[in-house]
Amino acid sequence: MRKTASSIIYPLAAFVLMMAGWYAVIEIFKVPSYLLPLPDAVAERIVRDFGFIAYNAGVTTGITVGGFLLSIVIGVPMAILIVGSPLIDRAFMPWLILSQTFPKIALAPLIAVWFGLGILPKLLVTFLVAFFPIVISTIVGLRSAEREVLELAQALRATRKQMFWYFRLPLALPNIFAGLKVSVAFAVVGAVIAEWVGASQGLGYLLLTANASLDTTLLFAVLFALLIIGVVLYYAVELLEHAVIPWHSVVRLRDASGSM
Amino acid sequence: MTQAIHISGVHKRFDTGEQVIEALQDISLDVDACEFTAVVGASGCGKSTLLRLIAGLMPASEGTIEVGGVPVKGPSPGIGVAFQTPVLLPWRSVRQNVELPLDIRPETPANRSDVGGLLDLVGLKGFENRKPYELSGGMQQRVALCRALVTNPSLLLMDEPFGALDALTREQMNLELQRIWMQSPKTVLLITHSINEAVLLADRVVVMSPRPGQIREIVHVPLPRPRDFSVMRDPIFFDASERVRALMSASGFTD
Repeated sequence: MRKTASSIIYPLAAFVLMMAGWYAVIEIFKVPSYLLPLPDAVAERIVRDFGFIAYNAGVTTGITVGGFLLSIVIGVPMAILIVGSPLIDRAFMPWLILSQTFPKIALAPLIAVWFGLGILPKLLVTFLVAFFPIVISTIVGLRSAEREVLELAQALRATRKQMFWYFRLPLALPNIFAGLKVSVAFAVVGAVIAEWVGASQGLGYLLLTANASLDTTLLFAVLFALLIIGVVLYYAVELLEHAVIPWHSVVRLRDASGSM
Repeated sequence: MTQAIHISGVHKRFDTGEQVIEALQDISLDVDACEFTAVVGASGCGKSTLLRLIAGLMPASEGTIEVGGVPVKGPSPGIGVAFQTPVLLPWRSVRQNVELPLDIRPETPANRSDVGGLLDLVGLKGFENRKPYELSGGMQQRVALCRALVTNPSLLLMDEPFGALDALTREQMNLELQRIWMQSPKTVLLITHSINEAVLLADRVVVMSPRPGQIREIVHVPLPRPRDFSVMRDPIFFDASERVRALMSASGFTD
């Protein structure tokens, strides 16, 4: 109980401090409101335009979740192929790693040219930004089975398929979830960038229009919405992790400490 | 009568790319059915490698290994293996872990209704539905033992199964292993680096020396059964232990 209380009180105190700092900066340096609006102006804007912001947040959330799911559906099998075949590993792994040193968001305009302004190019950009952590963590996870586990499987005369489903995949799940948590945060970034490049709705698009009209209050309202999306999706993945691998030590320790 | 284990002129070499390491050199050993044999030796003497060869987990470089008169070509259903760590699957309950061999090979002629009796035998009654992380180290190793026994193998291979346990739990497990072995007789090969454990449990103690792994001598332990820790004061126990210790010291490696 005490832990739970302190896990709320400390972040809350920090929040109050930051808000106070925000007011102080505006008050002391006489910052004009078109550069930095007052927190209550932002709050008031969120309430006033709630339906409008929520609708656009829904669009961005859809792109984020879609691109994230695409990253899972493609990233996990990709990792399985790389681990399962030394040939694919040797042929593609260097390119995969090389592709990550490249700023993928630079591809967004090109993808918009190729695929237009619909939902597909946005899902693709989000996927490009978000899939890599899933591939890498799944590879690490699938290779993490200890020698004795594999010997046990061998001694029990498990087939290659059983080896995968009974041992390797479940043992990889903790690593996969670590990758999913990184990936879902990346996916929000990907979705916003995709909407910058060519969109007529969504929070990314809203950021651009608010920027063009120097509507900083709306900019802050959108940033707040993005923050909420990021946090909610992160905890959704954590909740799923909790349901799928309740046996993992990290999950159990988190439970024992009484906080999420 | 065919030997439970027949090993003749076995060599095992590991090629690291830079050099070839001779892990086992000219090993010959016969084990009778229902005999309890311990293999002791310092780290690196190849005792675990020997177990893996018998279990069919890796091939010998040279020589023949037969289990129950049949040449070993790979893992066989008649062999139960217990490893140094329990290697339990954390998402499976105690019962599900014990039943793992039956899930993987449903054609195994074993009865799932016997699992309860087996858990009872090792003192895990009432823990069937617990998860491994809820158990102590000793209890986890008992689950692993049950898993090795569930297919009712005629040969039980154990690779330092109690090495990670505290001294008290380890002694308790030693006596339990003897009890289980006496209740359902089978051939047991126990790898250990504990001289006490080897002499307490085994009919014969195989002493190995390292680099390259060779059998130095086989020490007989003609103590009556069931044995408990009072045999440690018996001159036979003392002599056998001293002999094993002397052999291990002579090879230049002691634990």
